[in-house]
Amino acid sequence: MTDLLAARLQMAVSLGFHILFAVAGMAMPLLMVAAEWRSYRRNDPVSRELAQRWAKGTAILFAVGAVSGTVLSFELGLLWPTFMEHAGPLIGMPFSLEGFAFFLEAIALGIYLYGWERVPRAVHLGSGVVVALTGLMSGVFVVAVNAWMNTPQGFRVNEAGQLVDVDLWRAFFTPAFPTQALHMALAAYTSVAFAVLGIHAWRLRADPNSAFHRAAVRIVLPIAIVCAPLQALSGDLSAKHIAEHQPLKLAAAEALFESQRGAPLLLGGVPDVANRTVDFGIHIPKLLSVLATGDPDGLVRGINEFPREDWPPIPIVHVAFQVMVACGLALLAAAAWGAWLLIRRRQLADQRAFLRVLTCVGPLGLLAVEAGWVVTEVGRQPWIIHGVMRVRDAVTPMPGLQVSLAISVALYLMLGTIVIALLRRHVLQVPSSQGPRP
Amino acid sequence: MTHVGFWAEALWVTIGLGLVLYALTGGADLGAGVWNLLARGRLRESQRHAIQHALGPIWETNHVWLIFVIVVLFSAFPRAFAMLSIALHVPIALALIGIVLRGAAFSFHAYGIQSDATRERWSHVFAWSSCVTPVLLGTIVGAVSSGDIRVSQRGVTTGFIAGWTSPFALLVGSFALALFALLSACYLAAETGGEIAADFGRKALASEVVAGLLAVAVFVAAGHFAPELLRRFTSSAAFWPLQVATAAFAACTGLTLWRGQYRIARFTVAAQVGLVVVGWGVGMDRHFIVPDVSIATAGARPEVLPALTVTFALGAVVLAPALFYLYRVFKLSSQPPER
Repeated sequence: MTDLLAARLQMAVSLGFHILFAVAGMAMPLLMVAAEWRSYRRNDPVSRELAQRWAKGTAILFAVGAVSGTVLSFELGLLWPTFMEHAGPLIGMPFSLEGFAFFLEAIALGIYLYGWERVPRAVHLGSGVVVALTGLMSGVFVVAVNAWMNTPQGFRVNEAGQLVDVDLWRAFFTPAFPTQALHMALAAYTSVAFAVLGIHAWRLRADPNSAFHRAAVRIVLPIAIVCAPLQALSGDLSAKHIAEHQPLKLAAAEALFESQRGAPLLLGGVPDVANRTVDFGIHIPKLLSVLATGDPDGLVRGINEFPREDWPPIPIVHVAFQVMVACGLALLAAAAWGAWLLIRRRQLADQRAFLRVLTCVGPLGLLAVEAGWVVTEVGRQPWIIHGVMRVRDAVTPMPGLQVSLAISVALYLMLGTIVIALLRRHVLQVPSSQGPRP
Repeated sequence: MTHVGFWAEALWVTIGLGLVLYALTGGADLGAGVWNLLARGRLRESQRHAIQHALGPIWETNHVWLIFVIVVLFSAFPRAFAMLSIALHVPIALALIGIVLRGAAFSFHAYGIQSDATRERWSHVFAWSSCVTPVLLGTIVGAVSSGDIRVSQRGVTTGFIAGWTSPFALLVGSFALALFALLSACYLAAETGGEIAADFGRKALASEVVAGLLAVAVFVAAGHFAPELLRRFTSSAAFWPLQVATAAFAACTGLTLWRGQYRIARFTVAAQVGLVVVGWGVGMDRHFIVPDVSIATAGARPEVLPALTVTFALGAVVLAPALFYLYRVFKLSSQPPER
């Protein structure tokens, strides 16, 4: 394994690990606040217990997210010093604002976790709202950096290859920023809502009389029902955006080699990069053109239009894209079923088939987050700054990166296993408001 | 002096201020690991409980100062960040492992539902990683001060082990650990009561002695291992005032600890340790890596510096009341740790 590949894998592992905790940090506070608000409005101790239990789980997720995020901020330099040397000033503003948002988030979370008996109710609920807002902002600011890497602007490349005449705000508000930020924020709420629903639906099937799990499903289901369709719409906006600004990424995601009008949408299929064809797969006529351009006969540019050395690894991008879309559609269907049940005012605890489906689709949102991140990151290869700097030119001269890759993988595997084991105990523990603790 | 120089200096000072605050808050949290490890005898469990109680609400916030420093560094001085990341890749990576283990172990211990044996294991991981991390951070400080790392137009020329593997770096690492342990013991003495506080007070006094001896050792060793740093420090106009003030605060800390006035000691010790970091900053004299990387050669884009400075100033205005409220609720109001 080359040092470059080791560095790329280490970055992928670090980001792939961190992003799960990041989306939890963005979305879990919303659930905590919703449960606490419900407990005050209905004077309901079960909702309060729920808020406290979610808060404890969030504390673990937030802590691991904070330390893995710290690792990432250093890793930008440890692995990609040349990138940081050139891009630092351009991505400094979103990262600085993220720093402040994260600061406020940590403060408010400290008050929220430890302040149940120490601060007035309104302050406590308010601190939860601050955690939710600053968590969202942190995510949006970090995405601003990624959006700049996808659609860089706000600078000029001089003869020495330096990025000069930096315009901070143009570098902040890049073309990719609005669609990416929206898609990431909705991804966080949707994936976390379905993950939490999956867990509580699983327990509710085992114990249909549990007021605790009933309340949890009642609180989270509406969030999932609202966010899943919005995420589908935002995905459509994203497709139209990359069709215009990163056509090669869309072509790779769809494994579309030849440019064409009335391009079909490809379901499944195995891209054969050497022969520039796709084996198997189902083509739905004109649908890709509709999704990418809004016109059934719109032109979608194919991979062949671009120089071979600029191609991303097409099979990876294509498969990841398929996985993301499939997961999204499954969640959309589950959300639709849930909406229908709510409209018909059905008692959710009795809907065993629905609860089973919720349990099964629970992990799919997080899977979609990972897959979507692969689409945008691997789809940008071989560039670290699209069209400006290649990944191979940004890597550190440090040798032996395979060692640090191995250590990172071991560390994250260990942490991931422990977090899952701890959260499992949180879930299985019987709420104190319903009986003795085990 | 041009305005570019002013903004660059302002941001360099901002980084220094961030480091002072990290040392006084996050550093003390790391120092608590020493006392977790050294907790012995009858008071062992109540001391560990006091440590956990003290850190719980604030350690994540305190930790953010380190991220803040890194963000200012790469936004304003990207080349300095790149060169530090290359030359000090190994100790930074090791310190990160320590930071990850420390934070994860703390939260697993604090929020996990698990058996006492498992909690005990997390307590150990927390303690050891808290002790190792400050030493590694100290070796980084020693390395950038020593002049062992050289940087040319083309990049780092002294490889990947220069600086941080020297005896001087290790000495600075030990000094950092002693200072953090000192801070932590004083804070813990102020936040607890009765015989636990008295015990932390004795530990604080002992670490004050150790830190004092190490301070002298670092100063003497710097003459040989970091001559440039020492020359800049001793020739500065601030040298004597800083020395006198640091010594005075150290004496106050010793005296108030001796007399059991822990609530005063925690402020004098903060001043003492803060001034030690400031003294180091005076010696660094606008450098990131002595002697080759200074604010003039750190790749700053002059056009972004004013906006960054203003952003940090505005951010501080938002942050300060929030920080104050957090500390007021959990640190300044008197309340014994519940068992």
